[in-house]
Amino acid sequence: MSATALTIAQAHDKLRKKELSSEELVRACIERIEAVDGKLNAVVHRNFEGALEQAKKVDSNGKFDHPLTGIPYLAKDVYCEEGVPTTGCSNVLRNPTSPDGLRGAGKDYIPPFDSTTTKRLKAVGAISMGKTNTDEFTMGASTETSCFGVTRCPWDLTCVAGGSSGGSAAAVSADECIFALGTDTGGSIREPAAFCGIAGIRTTYGRTSRYGVMSMASSLDTIGPLGKTIEDLAIILQAIAGKDLKDGTTSDVPVPDYRAELTGNVKGLKIGIPKEYFIPGMHPEIEASVRDAAKVFESLGAKIVDISLPHTKYGVATYYILCPCEVSSNMARYDGIRYGHTVQEKDNLVEYYGRVRSEGFGPEVKRRIMIGTYALSAGYFDAYYRKAQKIRTLIKEDFRAAYEKVDVIISPVTPTPAFKVGAHTDDPVSMYLEDAFLSGQVMAGIPALSVPCGFSKEGLPMGLQITGQQWKEEVILRAAHAYEQATEWQTKKPTLS
Amino acid sequence: MPSLTADQVRHIAKLARLKLSEEEVKKFSTELTQILGYIDILNEVPTDDVAPTAQVTGLLNQFREDVVSSNGPSGDALLATSPLPIVDHQIETPSAHG
Repeated sequence: MSATALTIAQAHDKLRKKELSSEELVRACIERIEAVDGKLNAVVHRNFEGALEQAKKVDSNGKFDHPLTGIPYLAKDVYCEEGVPTTGCSNVLRNPTSPDGLRGAGKDYIPPFDSTTTKRLKAVGAISMGKTNTDEFTMGASTETSCFGVTRCPWDLTCVAGGSSGGSAAAVSADECIFALGTDTGGSIREPAAFCGIAGIRTTYGRTSRYGVMSMASSLDTIGPLGKTIEDLAIILQAIAGKDLKDGTTSDVPVPDYRAELTGNVKGLKIGIPKEYFIPGMHPEIEASVRDAAKVFESLGAKIVDISLPHTKYGVATYYILCPCEVSSNMARYDGIRYGHTVQEKDNLVEYYGRVRSEGFGPEVKRRIMIGTYALSAGYFDAYYRKAQKIRTLIKEDFRAAYEKVDVIISPVTPTPAFKVGAHTDDPVSMYLEDAFLSGQVMAGIPALSVPCGFSKEGLPMGLQITGQQWKEEVILRAAHAYEQATEWQTKKPTLS
Repeated sequence: MPSLTADQVRHIAKLARLKLSEEEVKKFSTELTQILGYIDILNEVPTDDVAPTAQVTGLLNQFREDVVSSNGPSGDALLATSPLPIVDHQIETPSAHG
């Protein structure tokens, strides 16, 4: 087995026993990226020299006490890292078309500070190798809105890798790195993890710090890891979870020992299956794979309970009000003054804003700014934003009631496996419906993960979603880990053809 | 079902500081109408007695001591990312008065 295919736990073991150096591991990942990324387009900014330099330092120090020391990873292109280009996969932070002679022309945004999460990873010796592809400022479900173009699914190159953390998911799946970081506002970790056949977790709102990660919709945004196994997710989460004074929404609820919770024991665990997550038109093999997973849990001693989450069908519509409203506010910072794209004509400030933003933003970002501006404009606030916030309450209440009967909820991640590149291009609503099983958890601020649960007859991976209660990441990790130990889906590797 | 005219789209674009081409105005008027049409399903749900949710974990105001720390980036480092001319440690923007 190539070193790049190792899990964190396996790589750590080899590093500790000096069977492998961090430099060798980083070099192996770099070679892998150089060999296969032409097919995938998962990595958009490469910091290979910086990574090698850090690996050499770690090796010369020789201590591998922490499981992440010397482990190379990639971060989604919205995590700021000092000195490393970070562009949100948006031309508004790339300034690519400016005529010569402009200050900053042709220059990518290079942050002068680190996000809390990459800083915490650096502190334990994990090694960042660069940035992965995402939909522009994370707005999308396929990475097709990236200014760098689409990331392709390692299992079928004619399909998307999912999104918005598509680059991170494809990179982990294709062994370009040992793990990756993503963000999940409306499903952007879980959906690509399912499409690429890997594990990924959305945390409770406020469990992980968003400081230094480009904002999309601040009442919904979360950040989290994508990895090869559930154990790896537990290791990463341990290093990044917890209160951060720089993100006022983070909580001081104690962070448990996630890895110690991976006991394999789910005896007596009550698992709910919501009837609303099985809808007409969904892929029959996805439904079958989730029903099969329920049987696996039963054989492990868990109890399956039929439940109802009655407001499920309003999740996507609620999301597509709250999210664009918050987008229209968050995108106001991209005005060509403090960073990013600029234009030659500078006679009038309002005109300047208009030109910079129109040249810099792509169609999906403009679409969401427009919806949000409309919904928040005088006379419409109550009808849209306030209405959506009220339905958010009802969705949250659905989950609260369900958790009186069950400990966790299982469901499909998506109605279909990875779709073809371009399948939803001319129909934004059909693209939004990809989030049908992903928005409820977002509204309720609860954790949810994706773990591989089978392959369609076309050979595309399918994902099982396990949803938990606020601050109870350890319970869904324990359930997913037990399922993973009882199955072999996560051991399969894509052929990249 | 709400629908958006080209004039409304132009007005929203102005509020949002976006300069749209006529082609974009036409495209957004169709697409935004379509999206607002979909969002309309929320009106099926009676919500008169429901309180809105803004903060989902119930966290209240977070206070801390107002301590000056120096671990952020320097002023010069922040100015260096601007694409506009820097004059006396200030960004020279286009005129707000036209």
